[in-house]
Amino acid sequence: MPAEGVLDFLHHSPILRGFCSPHVAQRHNPMMRCPVKQLVLLLVISILCVVRPTSAQTQTVRVVVHDSFNVSEAVLAQFEADSGLIIEILRLGDTGILVNQSILSRENPLGDVLYGIDNTFLTRALEADLFMPYESPALAVVDPAFLLDPEARVTPINYGDVCLNVDVAYFEENDLALPQSLADLSAPEYAGLLAVQNPATSSPGLAFLLATIVVFGEEDDDYDYLDYWTDLIANDVIITDDWTTAYYSEFSGSAGSEGDRPLVVSYASSPSAEVFFADPPVETAPTSAIVAPDTCFRQVEFAGVLANASNPEGAQQFIDFLLSDAFQADMPLQMFVFPVIPTVPLPDVFAEYAAIPDSPILMPIAAIDANREQWLSAWTETALR
Amino acid sequence: MAQRVDGNRITVNHRAQTAQGRARLLLALVPLLFLSLFFVYPVVTLFAVSLAPNGVFDSSGLVTLFASRTYLQIFSFTFMQAALSTALTLLLAIPSAYVFAHWQFRGKKLLLSLSLLPFVLPTTVVAVAFSGLIGERGLVNDLLMSMFSLTEAPLQLDHTLTLVLIAHVFYNYSVALRLITGFWMNQSNHIEESAALLGAHGWGLWWQIQFPLLRPVITAAALLVFMFCFTSFGVVLIMGGQRFATIEVEIYRQATSLFNLPLAATLSLVQIGFTFILMLIYTRFQRQVIVELRSTTRPLRSATSLREKIAVVSTIVLMITLLFTPLATVILRAFTYGNEGVTLRYFGLLGTNPRGSVLFTPPLVAIGNSLSFALVTTILAVGLGVLSAYALRGSKRGLLGGLDILLMLPLVTSAVTIGFGYVVALDEPPLNLRTSIILIPIAHTLIALPFVVRNVLPALRAIPPSFGDAAQSLGASPLRVVRLIELPLILRGLLVGAVFAFTVSMGEFGASLFIARPDTPTMPIVIYRLLGQPGASNYGQALAMSVLLIIVCALSLIVIERGRTIGTSEL
Repeated sequence: MPAEGVLDFLHHSPILRGFCSPHVAQRHNPMMRCPVKQLVLLLVISILCVVRPTSAQTQTVRVVVHDSFNVSEAVLAQFEADSGLIIEILRLGDTGILVNQSILSRENPLGDVLYGIDNTFLTRALEADLFMPYESPALAVVDPAFLLDPEARVTPINYGDVCLNVDVAYFEENDLALPQSLADLSAPEYAGLLAVQNPATSSPGLAFLLATIVVFGEEDDDYDYLDYWTDLIANDVIITDDWTTAYYSEFSGSAGSEGDRPLVVSYASSPSAEVFFADPPVETAPTSAIVAPDTCFRQVEFAGVLANASNPEGAQQFIDFLLSDAFQADMPLQMFVFPVIPTVPLPDVFAEYAAIPDSPILMPIAAIDANREQWLSAWTETALR
Repeated sequence: MAQRVDGNRITVNHRAQTAQGRARLLLALVPLLFLSLFFVYPVVTLFAVSLAPNGVFDSSGLVTLFASRTYLQIFSFTFMQAALSTALTLLLAIPSAYVFAHWQFRGKKLLLSLSLLPFVLPTTVVAVAFSGLIGERGLVNDLLMSMFSLTEAPLQLDHTLTLVLIAHVFYNYSVALRLITGFWMNQSNHIEESAALLGAHGWGLWWQIQFPLLRPVITAAALLVFMFCFTSFGVVLIMGGQRFATIEVEIYRQATSLFNLPLAATLSLVQIGFTFILMLIYTRFQRQVIVELRSTTRPLRSATSLREKIAVVSTIVLMITLLFTPLATVILRAFTYGNEGVTLRYFGLLGTNPRGSVLFTPPLVAIGNSLSFALVTTILAVGLGVLSAYALRGSKRGLLGGLDILLMLPLVTSAVTIGFGYVVALDEPPLNLRTSIILIPIAHTLIALPFVVRNVLPALRAIPPSFGDAAQSLGASPLRVVRLIELPLILRGLLVGAVFAFTVSMGEFGASLFIARPDTPTMPIVIYRLLGQPGASNYGQALAMSVLLIIVCALSLIVIERGRTIGTSEL
């Protein structure tokens, strides 16, 4: 054991002995006999513990994901057992960080496969040539609406809709009708009721901004999305940095919240999460999602084999696994998203409480990346300055 | 004859000085190497990739910067809020430090130990605490409204600059307090007494005697607090709302959302350049001040007169109000969340994994991860910090002056810049560390290092050289001088530095977001994940985990401060 050797050496090292004369040792409590030596020993032990050599065999597949990636231990273990692969998961903070760091390290990628890029970031990655094409046989059963890259460089895995969520009790108590369109939100009866996220720092916030751009248009002389946002601001909308602050500090419908806004931008699956994570359990959902036409923005998440991956075959197997029934059926309760394979059954709590909008807002992926900067700065000028 | 002797002495002195200079350079090598590998190299590589992707300088960032008034506004807001926060923090911390350095009272040590707790709390949790306390529907407003039967909430602080400032004072008060108290404690009160004897008192005593004596540590504290607020991210975003943006926020937006690396790098350079200038001024300022310290600790007595008692009591009240009521609000909510009276339900849920998720982290594992990272960080930061302090002890020219400034730069460099830098730079053997978890404590050490150095250096500089000279002329080896004379004298500063390093690491989680790492979630990461999903049990568990974080840190702080036995008396 080299570790023991090092420790042994340090114990008897004259460098350290110099620091600990019997002088000091006798005067003080034995635990503190030689702090310097103990510190150095601790340091060495910690480093030896932390820097374990990672084997880069072909048997290992390194998967780079954002921090929300989740799967059942059992499902993943079963895949490892069946395939003989070892899955190593590397996490980065959010989708933006994940995609950008992957582009920066394209020549020498962090892993073999990337999971978690969505349609708002897709063009950037495709233009940077981040992925190598792989057409999984399982794509045949995927809803074709999700196949956004004709060259199959990325594979759709799940989708979710960013929709308005409402505090059911508030609307019942005040006998107020639910808004049925984005335009409704600027009406006086909904003044001071809505919380949204900053599109520059939040993914649902960006989805909501994109929805307003699709609905109200960009260069409409009469009334474009910036006019709409001016009206929303006048109607006392509150803008938060991230989803967490909007949902837990401003929204009144979330359990135990001190917020006073009965409307918030969240996901169509959030009400089912409220029921699933309710504690104590509840019979009815305290919140609901509005899925009226042209109010929800659809986000699709993809995975892809990274260009220059050291184990592309393993990466491809992992993508097949992401489209397997086992993973697709596991996803809803692990990440609160919907499977892209329509035949996969949904868990009860989803079937009952999560709504799927009939006509969600879709935006061509190329338009998103081409205009993102300009839209965001125009929005910032209008909404914040 | 006399002249020749003098001449000889000069040569000897000169030789000794060059030898000392060489020794100092040697000491500086280790921290320099560390900073070069884990800060300069990655950041410079990233700047090169961003600003000159094809070998040609991309000036688009600079153009944007000067073309739009927005950036001028962002820059002046960043500066202004940091300056205001620093001034407010010092205004509150200096009188408190005076009280701590002069009088003995019950619970003092505990109060001082626990004053660092705010430092470890994630901003999201602090936001919950503040809105529960002074938000529109918070406790204070409820109380005021029922007391004076008001219909409107009298305190309207949500999304104001005032709230940002309060939060910054909440986070940084203890930084200034600990730094100044530690230094003040080491000062003999003979100077004060002599001055008083000669008729100086009140403000005169303060301005002419106390302030000059304390100036090195006050400027050091101001510098640290300013830099912390200058790069404030979460506090400004969450407390200030969306109208305010700091340079740090803008770098994050440009780099992650827009992938505009030239602009992000330019902004990052502006941030670093500004700090560089600030450090130059600071170093110049510091050079004038050398106050000699005595090895004895100043004698403390109990407050006797009414005025003294009022001073002590109001300091305690201030600290409890400022630091502990927000913490108490978090704790209270964790135990009463769900409107079912006092409950331990969410603490229990923390240990269960009903969905069998890979994301599940047993609380003990999270605590273990946090403590391991904090331990490694503390050891690295203390080791490198002491070496740096010794290297920086004398005059600072050339390489050494550079080290002093370099040490501070990671504190003001955006986490995005460092994280992206690691990805582009540390990707090949022997430094293929991009995906190693050792990068997390290393990144923490970069942030913690300035705290150790700024705590140790003033104490080290204040040791009269005659102490060491005397010992050496009696035959003590340099190592013995360090161990037997200097270490005991700087121990208090060292300990405060170590405590800071520990708490910085316990609370930090920016590094984890920007470093691709195998799953080793710390307590703040677990809180962040729980708050990322809807549902009562997630929120309740986030509160419960916050309480565990507070408890673990409180216990650690108490243990660390108990651990000091050598050469210190009661503080």
